[in-house]
Amino acid sequence: MMKLRFASPEMLVDINEIPDLDYHRVDDDGTIRVGAVCRHADLERSSLLDTRQPTMAAAAPLVADPIVRMRGTLVGSVCHADPQGDWASVMTALDASIIAQGPNGRRSIAVRDFVLGPFQNALAFDEIAVEAVVPTPRGMPAGGYLKLERRVGDYATVGVAVAIDRVGSQVGRAGIALTAVGPATIAADAAAQKLTGRPLTADNIGEAAELAAEAAQPKSDHRGSADFKRQMVRVFTSRILTGLLRSEEEAA
Amino acid sequence: MTSLFREVTPGTAEEIPVREITVTVNGQRRSAVVEPRLVLAHLLRQGFKLTGTHTGCDTSNCGACTVLVDGRPVKSCTMFAVQADGHEVMTVEGLAGPSELHPLQEGFKEEHGLQCGFCTPGMMMASKALLDENPSPTEDEIRWALSGNLCRCTGYQNIVKAVMWAAGKLDGETAEVQA
Repeated sequence: MMKLRFASPEMLVDINEIPDLDYHRVDDDGTIRVGAVCRHADLERSSLLDTRQPTMAAAAPLVADPIVRMRGTLVGSVCHADPQGDWASVMTALDASIIAQGPNGRRSIAVRDFVLGPFQNALAFDEIAVEAVVPTPRGMPAGGYLKLERRVGDYATVGVAVAIDRVGSQVGRAGIALTAVGPATIAADAAAQKLTGRPLTADNIGEAAELAAEAAQPKSDHRGSADFKRQMVRVFTSRILTGLLRSEEEAA
Repeated sequence: MTSLFREVTPGTAEEIPVREITVTVNGQRRSAVVEPRLVLAHLLRQGFKLTGTHTGCDTSNCGACTVLVDGRPVKSCTMFAVQADGHEVMTVEGLAGPSELHPLQEGFKEEHGLQCGFCTPGMMMASKALLDENPSPTEDEIRWALSGNLCRCTGYQNIVKAVMWAAGKLDGETAEVQA
């Protein structure tokens, strides 16, 4: 941002050296907490996420490129509020929050209220984001993240995050969010609602994929036409959910 | 134009807005007074005259400026020099011993892993990080580890072969030491 002259701060405080912010952990109740200095690479190599939060596990290896993942952080990515950022979609699909800390203590801000627009977040000037919190799943967490990019490290052409919590054969909770197909991260709530409170079926997967595509607001650019991007939202939503349905059938 | 850096003996920095930092570069402790906006790549190249680290895109895309910071690969155009204060940096100049090339350098020579050579230092440092963590990588693992480093000449085939070659050589050296 500074190199591109989008930002010229008078003072910059490096939080990298603050001790004990590099953690990610799962509380007893299943809440996931990611500290502000936990790197993408730490999440990519995490032994916790595969089972405890599959949507995050799917997204971690797709962020930027392997070397950038050594420095970049999940919390930083959400704060950056780039509509093409992967983590903001994943966190939105999971109904996650950001914990901000300032002189008056800590407060929790839902990610969907935290991102105000491109490169704008809800932090006050005297606050820092110290943690991302993914709430306790309402069942067995399942999900995925798919991203179309021209090459590794390029911005997403399209990204789709899907997170569901299974309660028996039903979907107890669902979240779907879209990357890079609008002026900000898009929460495809109508698509997610189609899935909630009933089993996954080919029919409601098709309906959810259609509603996700409708929620997208893509623009034609050098990465592809608006129609193509909308189609990819449909395909990715369907592909993730169909994969979950298949693994459910195989397990049965 | 004032200089962005000035090498000094420790304890002599005074003007604002500069910072005095001490970085261990290729095993040698070095101190410098830098403006906070100076990026690590420029400290290395212009400050310490270690021009083996190349700056290609300046935006974290190409990976030509990759160095190791505390053993982890980092694109040094996207880290401030002040953030390296108190840390260990290894550049491509730190690979070779006094009399012989590092196996990675030999591998790039043997397998013709470069044409213009611009991306090579970054490729080697990213590969060093990979081999330190995974001494016998598969071809896929090498391609994955180097996916943040761009080469415009080679088509990558020989770069991958060069890293395989180096892994083989390092493996042989380890076996010799054990035997």
